[in-house]
Amino acid sequence: MALKTLTGNYAIATAVKLARVKVISAYPITPQTTIVEKLSEMIELGELEADMIRVESEHSALAAVYGAASGGVRSFTATSSHGLLYMHEMLWWVAGARIPIVMAVVSRTIGPPWNIWTDHSDVMDHRDTGWLITFVENNQEALDETIKLFRITEDKRVYLPGIVALDAFILSHTTEPVDVPDQSLVDAFLPPREQPYVFRAGNPLVLGNIPRDLKWNMRMREDVHKAMERAKKVIEEADHLWEKIVGRRHGGLTECYRCEDAKHFMIGVGAWVGDMKEAVDYLRDRFGLRVGLIKVRYFRPFPSEDIIKWLNNAASAVVFDRSISPSVGGPVFIEVLASLASAGVRTPVRGVIAGLAGVDVTHEDLANVMLTSISEVEELGAFKQNVLWFYGGE
Amino acid sequence: MVYDEVVEIRFHGRGGQGVVTAANVLVDALLKAGLYGQAIPFFGAERRGAPVVAYARVSKKPIRTRSSIKSPSVVVVLDSKLSELVNVLEGLKPGGVILINSPEKLDIKKGFKTCYVDAVKIALRHNLMLSGWALVNMPIVGALARILEVPIEAVENSIRERMEGKIGELNAIAAREAYNEVVCVE
Repeated sequence: MALKTLTGNYAIATAVKLARVKVISAYPITPQTTIVEKLSEMIELGELEADMIRVESEHSALAAVYGAASGGVRSFTATSSHGLLYMHEMLWWVAGARIPIVMAVVSRTIGPPWNIWTDHSDVMDHRDTGWLITFVENNQEALDETIKLFRITEDKRVYLPGIVALDAFILSHTTEPVDVPDQSLVDAFLPPREQPYVFRAGNPLVLGNIPRDLKWNMRMREDVHKAMERAKKVIEEADHLWEKIVGRRHGGLTECYRCEDAKHFMIGVGAWVGDMKEAVDYLRDRFGLRVGLIKVRYFRPFPSEDIIKWLNNAASAVVFDRSISPSVGGPVFIEVLASLASAGVRTPVRGVIAGLAGVDVTHEDLANVMLTSISEVEELGAFKQNVLWFYGGE
Repeated sequence: MVYDEVVEIRFHGRGGQGVVTAANVLVDALLKAGLYGQAIPFFGAERRGAPVVAYARVSKKPIRTRSSIKSPSVVVVLDSKLSELVNVLEGLKPGGVILINSPEKLDIKKGFKTCYVDAVKIALRHNLMLSGWALVNMPIVGALARILEVPIEAVENSIRERMEGKIGELNAIAAREAYNEVVCVE
């Protein structure tokens, strides 16, 4: 154990260094910038043997690391909000080519109006690209999950790129104690990168050209889908291996907090899951309510099996989303509903849209939403309104 | 202090005074003292000299809360003139502590504990200056350590780790002097 105080962004940079990444490319954007600033500094000081490719845009940043990764080299990039949107097309190229890359996304509101604070709209906008997507709760998880994501994405059962998403400022720029594992432990966890084909000078390959048969194209998309399904097991394995080697686990696809006897569930992703845990304790200690929390750690692949298992006999669930798919609801809410419907589970589910654009939500706010929702469902057996907009207590 | 409950702190300073560094050094020192901390900068349209804030939390357990701090138990003011521009007492819990960089006791509303330390004098004593400004942030962390009952050695070591050589040494000395010189009145 070597506890150090790190911001979320420095925790990510430290993880990238420990993963022995060889090529990094990025374009600066608030609040991501300090990740690659720190990595540049590490390269300059000789602490990290890697090349930093300077580019004129995020689109080129991902194109550059896509090229490096196609050459068989472990690569990393990072961005945020509008930068991620500008990169969008390249996310499809990388996933479609089945090239593992890890990208940190410091999740920040999309404009207009101009805004630097956290919400999850930028990440959720990329849910269909074929990238694995994990949301972290704290800086320790940011470090651990970044290292794990290299192993998971480079596993031959997966071969897909992955996003580690951390909330703007409340993680990226907040300093807290983080255990930085020894390099030897990370080396024991993370084998050298292998991939089925490697682009090399003198050995020409063609990738992504127009297929002779459109069914090949469709088959490739099905393969992405199947690889994403297989990733579920790989994520669980990586979590257990990390525990064995480093002695710490955060859960595989989900973490269930105080779920054993829970009747009513909160569900969420990202940093405010910490506030949700405070809310669970408050509701149990103060009101004697049997409330549990499902922290969705991986949004892609989506943990439908875990959701069905926990909610099968539940009295109700409230999903808190920090983004919205207009006219339907929050992305996590939609997936929870689809998971339950696929298994014929009829537990009432409410979707709460809150904390968009960085609007502050306290654990008391979250607890109050739960109190109202629980009394409603206990009285009526259902929710009067399935999608609720919540602006906070004041 | 036992820190069964999370203690929340708000720093008021001016852009360039190093409030974020103050919060970060505090969190380093807390870790050395066996406590958990969170240092939370707040970003707006920062420019040199404009009022800025930063926040911190202290607890004996890892801190899970991520929402913003609205009613701190401690308010730290790096420039006493700021109270003419912003309400530095906003949300301060009844019985809370206000620590001000000031040569003398200031009139603060009843119901709060007021602490003051002449951080400018301490900084100048050691020639801690940058672009014509006295560097008051490390003395302020020293004085804050006294209020939070954090050993000053933890602060000194955190400063030395962050700032190499003579500048670290002088800041560590200034922090200890502020720790010794801070005066609190009910």
